[in-house]
Amino acid sequence: MSTIQQLSVFLENREGRLDEVLTTLGNNDVNIVALSLADTTEYGMLRMIVSDPQKGKEVLRAVGITSMLTPVVALRVPHATGSLSKAMHCLVVDGGINVEYMYAFANGKDASAVLKTDEPERAAEILVSSGFGVWEADEAYKANC
Amino acid sequence: MITDDRWTERIRDPKAECMSRDERAALQGEKLRDLVKRVYGVVPFYTEKMKALGLEPGDIKGIEDIGKLPFTTKEDLRENYPFGFLAVPNEKIARVQGTSGTTGKLTVMAYTQKDVDVWGECVARCLTMAGLTAEDRIHVCYGYGLFTGGMGLDFGAQKLGAMAIPMSAGNTKRQLMCMEDFGATAFACTPSYAMHLAEAMAEAGVVDHMKIKAGVCGAEPWTVEMRKKIEEIMKINCFDIYGLCEITGPGVAMDCIHHEGLHVHADHFYPEVLDVSTHEPVGEGETGELVFTTLSKEAVPLIRYRTKDLTSINYETCKCGRTTPRISKFKGRTDDMKVIRGVNVFPTQVETALLGIGEVIPHYLLIIDRENNMDVLTVMVEVDEKFFSDEIRKLDALRNKIGSVLREALGLSVRVKLVEPKTIERSEGKAKRVIDNRNLV
Repeated sequence: MSTIQQLSVFLENREGRLDEVLTTLGNNDVNIVALSLADTTEYGMLRMIVSDPQKGKEVLRAVGITSMLTPVVALRVPHATGSLSKAMHCLVVDGGINVEYMYAFANGKDASAVLKTDEPERAAEILVSSGFGVWEADEAYKANC
Repeated sequence: MITDDRWTERIRDPKAECMSRDERAALQGEKLRDLVKRVYGVVPFYTEKMKALGLEPGDIKGIEDIGKLPFTTKEDLRENYPFGFLAVPNEKIARVQGTSGTTGKLTVMAYTQKDVDVWGECVARCLTMAGLTAEDRIHVCYGYGLFTGGMGLDFGAQKLGAMAIPMSAGNTKRQLMCMEDFGATAFACTPSYAMHLAEAMAEAGVVDHMKIKAGVCGAEPWTVEMRKKIEEIMKINCFDIYGLCEITGPGVAMDCIHHEGLHVHADHFYPEVLDVSTHEPVGEGETGELVFTTLSKEAVPLIRYRTKDLTSINYETCKCGRTTPRISKFKGRTDDMKVIRGVNVFPTQVETALLGIGEVIPHYLLIIDRENNMDVLTVMVEVDEKFFSDEIRKLDALRNKIGSVLREALGLSVRVKLVEPKTIERSEGKAKRVIDNRNLV
């Protein structure tokens, strides 16, 4: 329950690669809701929440770009100091969940954080039962639209 | 795929392929005596070489005298380009074929009609070894033209009475369509292209639409692991066919279902394995350079032609019943070998190591650079889509794993660069595996 699909693309460090991905998504009406770009010396990893992850994967594949879908949790973080810390405490300390990476996206009323863990479903359950909101897939893909 | 315990072995020419060692040696001796007489006084290169060695045709009494004869190298052929080695008058020549010309000027070889017949017969023996009969349909995606691959397999299919589908190389989509529509039961191409076909077949989801049961692959070195991978994806049996234009083309040797070495058609091609530096014969099972003498060829007979391929030889009778000598799968070529920081590296070693890992596909590229007077070897490896991860930690772990497997296999530290799937160029002919950026001249 309540996990959403993240679209991830492995990017070799060569000129124009990022542009190719973004252009392909744009030309095919796949809207990017949130993104994070991690870089290493050798390659980059582009992680995105998009309006239609499956379509995103297909249109990228059609131009020869390999991407993957990963289930992640999109946590709603209220605009109050200490909310993220509280949520992390519930997950990591009380729940024993290992957070692989995290990035934020803004959506007006409150902030949101995308979390990648080994157990996305359980992470969502813990957050919900601790009183936090998580995005449902349908709403998340259309956020800020 | 048929396992070797359920396999029905067919032997096209039991007399030639199963004769005793003594019988074969007598036949080879007789043919060698005849060969020397055919070239002496006719081919200036051999006449001069023999005179310089104080040899006369009568000094060659049997196959055991072969060591007295001079060598022939690719450079000798180039110096006598194009027709300096002809041993028959012009009107006897039926056709020419050439090398793929991977290194500079091409080597062109002439054939009489009998040469073409012997060649076709040898390929037909190979196709039979792969379990094929006149009932079969052989899809040939080797290039047709000067290159011996396409024509050679075609001549073999003709002799066998099978249906040849002369596709030539390229346009993978069309290859798959024809394979399926024409009901091909076997195909022939380079192993790297076979791997590419296998991937394309799997991706298009058409493996089960195919009637293919055998793949006959050669013209470049490949590993057992790569054969198994192609066999597994396509659910077929694959065979390693060997040959070279100078000697005739594909069909000089092929491995049988037991895959314990490649059976040399030694009634036509006499193999020797010689020490790389002393040029003396090495012991049975020891590695050296493969040298061939063409016993039957009329138009351009070659004596002790140095192939630069490294192998070992086994004279024991094979489980399949053939007594023909078997050469081991190639350990590389004397000119493929790269010396990196003083260590001998063959691209096939990298392939074996990578295929042992499982998370990568056997498409790779070795790049050798020289930085601050130090050789640096970078191996570009494609990550298998199934093992792809969006976690940098996991990708780094994979990179380190590949690095340590390669370091172990080569005895050399290696930079591993993971690249996106399908980004290393797929070749439709011979795969390019090494880019050497060192300027050592």
